[in-house]
Amino acid sequence: MSDNRISVAKTYKLYVDGKFPRSESGRTYPVTDSKGTFLANAAHASRKDVRDAVVAARKAFGGWSGATAYNRGQVLYRVAEMMEGRREQFVAEVAASEGLPSRKAQSVVDAAVDRWVWYAGWTDKIATVLGAANPVAGPYFSFTVPEPTGVVGVLAPQESSLLGLVSVVAPVLATGCTAVVVSSAERPLPAITLSEVLATSDVPAGVVNVLTGRAGELGPWLASHGDVNAIDPTGAGPVGRVEIAREAAGTVKRVLAVPEDEPDWTQRPDIARLRRYLEPKTVWHPMGV
Amino acid sequence: MSTWEYAPAPESREIANLKPSYRPFIGGEFVDGSGEPLKSVNPATEEVLAEVGTASASDVDAAVKAARKAYDKTWRRMPGTERAKYLFRIARLIQERSRELAVLETLDNGKPIKESRDADVPTAAAHFFYHAGWADKLEYAGFGPDPQPLGVAGQIIPWNFPLLMLAWKIAPALATGNTVVLKPAETTPLTALVFAEICQQADLPPGVVNIVPGAGDIGAELVNHAGIDKIAFTGSTDVGKLIQRSVAGTPKRLTLELGGKAANVVFDDAPLDQAVEGIVNGIFYNQGHVCCAGSRLLAQESVVDELLEKLRYRVSTLRLGDPLDKNTDIGAINSAEQLTKIRELTESGVAEGAERWTSPCPLPERGFFFAPTVFSNVEQSMRIAREEIFGPVLSVLTFRTPAEAVAKANNTPYGLSAGIWTEKGSRILWMANRLRAGVVWANTFNRFDPTAPFGGYQESGFGREGGRTGLEGYLDV
Repeated sequence: MSDNRISVAKTYKLYVDGKFPRSESGRTYPVTDSKGTFLANAAHASRKDVRDAVVAARKAFGGWSGATAYNRGQVLYRVAEMMEGRREQFVAEVAASEGLPSRKAQSVVDAAVDRWVWYAGWTDKIATVLGAANPVAGPYFSFTVPEPTGVVGVLAPQESSLLGLVSVVAPVLATGCTAVVVSSAERPLPAITLSEVLATSDVPAGVVNVLTGRAGELGPWLASHGDVNAIDPTGAGPVGRVEIAREAAGTVKRVLAVPEDEPDWTQRPDIARLRRYLEPKTVWHPMGV
Repeated sequence: MSTWEYAPAPESREIANLKPSYRPFIGGEFVDGSGEPLKSVNPATEEVLAEVGTASASDVDAAVKAARKAYDKTWRRMPGTERAKYLFRIARLIQERSRELAVLETLDNGKPIKESRDADVPTAAAHFFYHAGWADKLEYAGFGPDPQPLGVAGQIIPWNFPLLMLAWKIAPALATGNTVVLKPAETTPLTALVFAEICQQADLPPGVVNIVPGAGDIGAELVNHAGIDKIAFTGSTDVGKLIQRSVAGTPKRLTLELGGKAANVVFDDAPLDQAVEGIVNGIFYNQGHVCCAGSRLLAQESVVDELLEKLRYRVSTLRLGDPLDKNTDIGAINSAEQLTKIRELTESGVAEGAERWTSPCPLPERGFFFAPTVFSNVEQSMRIAREEIFGPVLSVLTFRTPAEAVAKANNTPYGLSAGIWTEKGSRILWMANRLRAGVVWANTFNRFDPTAPFGGYQESGFGREGGRTGLEGYLDV
């Protein structure tokens, strides 16, 4: 390979319903590395893109929530496998986006891969941990199972472009919910590359939809959308989160309580995020002969 | 053949120990509230039962401060084993005074005495007994080794199950180490204020439980008070949305148990007589003033005629009248306002073309009563199929295939409960899996137990009450 070779640059687009469309608005915005050098033009998603993505996520919900937990676990593990194969690309993008030295970027990518593995193992255990057989005072069998809430709007962290993103998306998938994700606005490239991984990891089309753009612009549309059941306002920042919480009230959405500042994503998570995306369902049946 | 008539069998109202006036309970004392006193009315006779002092904004503030002080100085520091004993005491005191509470509840609410006596009051006691045991076992609840309480909980409850909703709110809050300020419903404050007496008899530390009667404005004061850490609300979806909006952007935690429009699905292989009992229980229990009422009957097309005939006959035998009579099945509608709402929605059903059948039972001359009503030929687009009526009105729709039943059942922004009637076990589990509702009753309906989590999907609210899951709403986890 010649040193003078002109490289083939990638066009970064949205990821909706398993495809990679441009924004219907035709808008793009320039993305730079941490030093201000131009990297690429990202699609600047619009309200219509949000609505298309919600339609795709709703369409995918039945199949994904109805898949066996074992199957979902294998798909999530497959995502980890495919990420591992693209390790160098992720390291380069994270290093450029977040201004990290290569070694640090490597450990971030490793942690992101490992996070998929962690959540992959939860898919067929969380119901055992959170469910129950209820010892009711009467001749009935009563049990409680946690079921996926539905379509989740995720405003991904603005700082941590890959590990933070995986940390907020993987639990949504592990529960059987589907996601409409708004990536970090300034650091969107790892999110699109992750979309390429998802597209080739047996994650069914529409289960994850990734929009690049502004959380402040798209978040309220997601929060007020009648077909979105829950929202993670992490990437909206403290001020934007208030508006999102207000908009969410119109349809009694579940709004994830998140810390004021981005947490240390390298810490091992607990099951709080899984709990938030699950609805306990209690079933009763009489016992008798 | 001679007909055997029922003789009147009224429970004595003397047992209620009705007092001429009741007062707010703040910091362990009954105090004169500075709000405008309200008169609580017996909906079965429209007579005034008692005058009830209400809280003002400053009383709410005093109650929140009393709860904060009790939280900081006493309750959060008390070992769980000791908190547990207070809750066990309360459970026992409710059991001891159960007849008094049942009669008082029936007078104030209008529900049949057999329901307050056999369901409301014993289940309220059971909630305290159940949660008492959790107080010193929270490290086993699955939320980590040392889950912490939230602080002061503001709790707002509806008028349909006054004492039982109080128990659902206060028992888990106290067990997990929180203190509470509870606002009972404007039309049914009496049993909550007798419960305050029970707290005194239990020697519960002052301020751990505060009761502030009042209308919606006092509820809003509570919701917006800066000293509150958590709001728990049971009531309408409209008010729930207002509350969710009010607490948006604050650190207050929120759980909501809101309205419903439950589908009760009857397949052609169901034992129809048994299903009819379940349908009647599902919609006419407590005059249909039940958020999880089975208000939409989905009947498989092949059995709808037979089912409707059996259903109408059974409903015509329901006894409507004096709630204190032990043979009464259907009591009074809780308020004139609610009666107006039921009438308005019922008229919309007729206007939109549904076929109305109403039980020919006689109505008492005084009081707020509404005869059990069944609408057939109901379309999904009609208001009576979409809106919560919260009264003894059933809407009957049909389906052909299980998939259609699921689609119709789930065609609602609500998601509180659902019912399934079929003899086929695999179909029950298939349906239960697909119905988007927090509680699914199969071959039964309206069963409640403190060990079984209760709560809704979607616009029926979030959070659960009861079971291990129910503790989550009162813990910082």
